[in-house]
Amino acid sequence: MSVDVNRIKQDFPVLQREINGKDLVYLDSANTSQKPNSVISAMDDYYSTYNANVHRGSYQLANEATAILEGARDKVTDFINANSRQEIVFTKNATEAINLVSNTWGRTNLTKGDVIVLTELEHHANIVPWHILAEEKEIEIRWIKVTDDGDLDLSDFDTLIDGAKLLSFAAMSNVLGTFTPAKELSERAHAAGAKVLIDASQYTPHSQTDVQELGADFLTFTGHKLLGPMGIGVLWGKEEILDAMPPFLGGGEMILNVTKEGFSTNELPWKFEAGTPMVAEAAGLGAAIDYLNEIGMDQVRSHEISLMEYALAKLKYDFGDSIRIYGPKDAAKRGGVLSFSFEGAHPHDIAQILDEDNICIRAGHHCAKPLMQVLGVGATSRASAYLYNDESEIDALVEGLRKVRNIFNPN
Amino acid sequence: MAALDDLYKEIILDHYRSPRNQGELDHPAHRCEGFNPLCGDEVIVYVALNNGKIDDIKIGGQGCSISQASASMMSEIIKGKSIEEAERIIHAFKEMMDIYETELSGNKKIESTNPNVDLGDLEALQGVVKYPVRIKCATLAWNTLAQSIDEIQE
Repeated sequence: MSVDVNRIKQDFPVLQREINGKDLVYLDSANTSQKPNSVISAMDDYYSTYNANVHRGSYQLANEATAILEGARDKVTDFINANSRQEIVFTKNATEAINLVSNTWGRTNLTKGDVIVLTELEHHANIVPWHILAEEKEIEIRWIKVTDDGDLDLSDFDTLIDGAKLLSFAAMSNVLGTFTPAKELSERAHAAGAKVLIDASQYTPHSQTDVQELGADFLTFTGHKLLGPMGIGVLWGKEEILDAMPPFLGGGEMILNVTKEGFSTNELPWKFEAGTPMVAEAAGLGAAIDYLNEIGMDQVRSHEISLMEYALAKLKYDFGDSIRIYGPKDAAKRGGVLSFSFEGAHPHDIAQILDEDNICIRAGHHCAKPLMQVLGVGATSRASAYLYNDESEIDALVEGLRKVRNIFNPN
Repeated sequence: MAALDDLYKEIILDHYRSPRNQGELDHPAHRCEGFNPLCGDEVIVYVALNNGKIDDIKIGGQGCSISQASASMMSEIIKGKSIEEAERIIHAFKEMMDIYETELSGNKKIESTNPNVDLGDLEALQGVVKYPVRIKCATLAWNTLAQSIDEIQE
């Protein structure tokens, strides 16, 4: 069985849209994914049928709203195979989830001279929170290098991790598409006595996520790259670690008791969820998970592998050395992300010319400036696919790139 | 393709492929950096003054065709001008972009307050205003030069 893209496309209203009489070719899902009808209607349903504030109501509507929020938490728990719902903290996005860890676990457990290990392929969301902490606490950040093939260079890993308190890395690169050896890295970091945070923002939409299998201490991802709405992210953490961490934001919901002298914190996971939460967004995320489960993450993954095999071969065949594709050459080692340089044309210009045919790609540094520096470029063009893309859209990209060539290198 | 042809005029592509006055100048030339954080474009403007004239100007950095071509054309028109003339040209260029942007959204004609400044090839950049996100690309080098002049005069 394979993914029926034509049927799936029907579920996504935005993909029915035409601009200037032309179909939309959406190849920017690593940036944000489109949303199926079921996600949109789950959010709409929440506001039209259930809206009330959660966890404090003494009437049916409020109880139903609470059940929607907590039901979504149960779906996330199962989706990533967490041990319990106490381990699932809703945040605004993955960025906030990482900042939560750096501000609470980091501030409590790291002191002057301590070491954190990151990789060169990280998104700014997994760099800047650690820079902030490093400045404040005078801690050292060490970097795992990236090879020319776009893999992590683990040749000096044992030296880098020696004495480190934390390894924080992306399980899939948002620029190169590389799947990093997350399980191996977790094991080796633990063996060296470090805690492990996995930034799974790109990984979770593209691959079955099993926190038991990956073996980390923290894992973060965002809803909007996963067919869900913007405005909700997830921090998963091992219960005993979350339990020992101080709270993040203070306010309602996160307390058991407040007096003029002080406060005591609520139990997990609400200890980290100050204020009124994003209930409609949770409903949407729950519906997104249902949608993906129905198709099957293994199907999503195998569809992407075959689409990337097609794209890599087609781009290479049609453009040869005029195109430089970054990251692993083997489609099985990468997610549905294709970064490239083409014909000396700047990515901004490429994206502009493709936009003339409604082909949506991302141009820029992809919030990964240290990686851009490693690659020796200021920016790349990035086409990224998901379960609703097919080969005809790769063909459209190729045709669009011919226009780029005609403008920039007509001879 | 009509709009794209307007944007990617041959003169712009020529400056992008063969940028003029590319490079660096040593101290005591003034150095000023400009960034467009959205797309990562970066322009470095070096200005060497002699008796109140911009004796030499060099452009460094990297970016899209519009930002690089605009910087290249700017360097050609600015070189050899006095600070006062350079300021007039900067003003006229930015005004040209504003005027075309305003005229695009309405129909009213706007008269330039700098009718005596001949922008020459730079008029090719008018096509950019149809693509609002690209206006920042076209003005990056100019804002950097303006900042540079401010710093010199401090």
